[in-house]
Amino acid sequence: MAGYIATNNLGASFGGVQAIENITFEIPANKVTAIIGPSGCGKSTFLRCLTRMHELVPGARISGEVVWDGKNIYASEMDATEVRRGIGMVFQKPNPFPLMSVADNVSAGLRLAAGRMSKARIAEIVERSLKLAALWDEVRNKLHKPGGSLSGGQQQRLCIARALAVQPDVILMDEPCSALDPASTQKIEDTIDKLKKSYTFVIVTHNMQQAARVSDFSGFMLSQEMGEPGRMIEYGPTNKIFTTPERKETENYITGRFG
Amino acid sequence: MRRRLGDSIFAFVVFLAAFAVIALMALMVYELLRQSLPSIEQFGARFLISREWDPVNNVYGALPYIYGTIVSSLLALLMAVPLSLGIAIFLSQFAPRWLRSPLGLLVDLLAAIPSVVYGLWGIFVLAPFLGKTIEPFLADHLGSIPVFRGPVYGVGLFAASVVLAIMITPTISAISREAMLNVSRDQKEAAQALGATPWETVRMSVLPLARPGIIGAVILGLGRALGETMAVTMLIGNVRQLNASIFAPAYSIASVIANEFAEVTEGPHMAALVEMALILLFITLLLNLLARLLVQRTGNRAARLKGRPFAKNRP
Repeated sequence: MAGYIATNNLGASFGGVQAIENITFEIPANKVTAIIGPSGCGKSTFLRCLTRMHELVPGARISGEVVWDGKNIYASEMDATEVRRGIGMVFQKPNPFPLMSVADNVSAGLRLAAGRMSKARIAEIVERSLKLAALWDEVRNKLHKPGGSLSGGQQQRLCIARALAVQPDVILMDEPCSALDPASTQKIEDTIDKLKKSYTFVIVTHNMQQAARVSDFSGFMLSQEMGEPGRMIEYGPTNKIFTTPERKETENYITGRFG
Repeated sequence: MRRRLGDSIFAFVVFLAAFAVIALMALMVYELLRQSLPSIEQFGARFLISREWDPVNNVYGALPYIYGTIVSSLLALLMAVPLSLGIAIFLSQFAPRWLRSPLGLLVDLLAAIPSVVYGLWGIFVLAPFLGKTIEPFLADHLGSIPVFRGPVYGVGLFAASVVLAIMITPTISAISREAMLNVSRDQKEAAQALGATPWETVRMSVLPLARPGIIGAVILGLGRALGETMAVTMLIGNVRQLNASIFAPAYSIASVIANEFAEVTEGPHMAALVEMALILLFITLLLNLLARLLVQRTGNRAARLKGRPFAKNRP
């Protein structure tokens, strides 16, 4: 299935400092997988490696494999822009194009993709994506307002709509709610819940309640000591990780003993 | 008590410094107005549209000079802006780190070359080169357009514009580069995560957000081009005429002032030259003001939308 991702011995570093190491992990299709763990354990780096965003940072290196749709996305014949179209990403801080209109924000990825689309077709996709992101009712009369004029929570849903518009198989979310208030967080979690039938989600979160609420599977990452690379300590169905974890470190984290 | 006295002295000194700028500007305008008054009274608006410049009969008109100044500066912009944006985009987005500072420094150094050196180089190297290669080529292939028609001399409006373009490129590229470097990484990643290629990322994220800075840079460059005297005087040909061809020699406001001020003492000729200075000042001020408004409008909008605070409570 196209939404299935597996990493094989994945490692990543910035400027000689190993951020993550030896991560072999499976992300089931059409499920929500949460990556949890304390700050600095390499969760975000891991996520960015899944769609070739890590390599955009100067001095970044990657080892190992990420297999998506049967192909290693780091194979030499793979086109990074193609990978990023199929595996979308939503960032911690909402980053709509501030001067672009709401509608143009949503269709930005479509207008990049090769081949011309009719205006009507684009408008249709914009509307559908905004509806999927539970933003349509709030912005239907503001489609020509700049994206930067929306509230923080609306901006983040706009970013989700923008990611959905290009119809990726997978959507990666890097702490998508950490800059948002509880009401906006609720809306985004509802959106994820509604969309998981047709998309694969990987969500990095600090917030364990959130992981427990939205995810089907969880992976716990930890860097054993300061400066040590982060590793995947344990992963499995969320309710198992949260109730009967196998590893001591996981249990300590879940029960709030550190992190 | 002692501190308060010190404070008031300090306040007075800085006020004086600020006031001196205003006073200087006001005095300059006053003096220019006073000395050009005879010319303004005698010729009125005709001064701006007349082509006469006859010191023997004391009839003066500035049109060919205004034309030469504006056309050479705009032509220079036409060449310098794409070049500078290319430099700025490369330096801010694509150049490997080790290349950024040396290359940036080299571009900045272009701004440190004295204009008389540019002028000499223009006369002995650039103008002959243009006259033998580019100008005949353009005349042969685009000669049906009046702008490219006519005899080719080397020295002329086109040569002056090319040198001006080189001279304003460092200004435009350095300021544009700063503006582009200020575009945050998450704005670029927004485009990259959608599958944008490097160029598409520049077009989608970098250019729109850097636009106010780029406009400011262009206007500063234009200001420099309008007032540039030495290099232009050496290359423009100093022929008072209105000729549609950009290969023809022309004249500029700054050049005529530089060429003629030494020969006049007083009288209508002097007044006419001072009025030219006033016109140049006016054109420059007007453009600067216009640019400032433009930058403020787009800049405010960008800042307002970029700086919008997110909800403060973290769950």
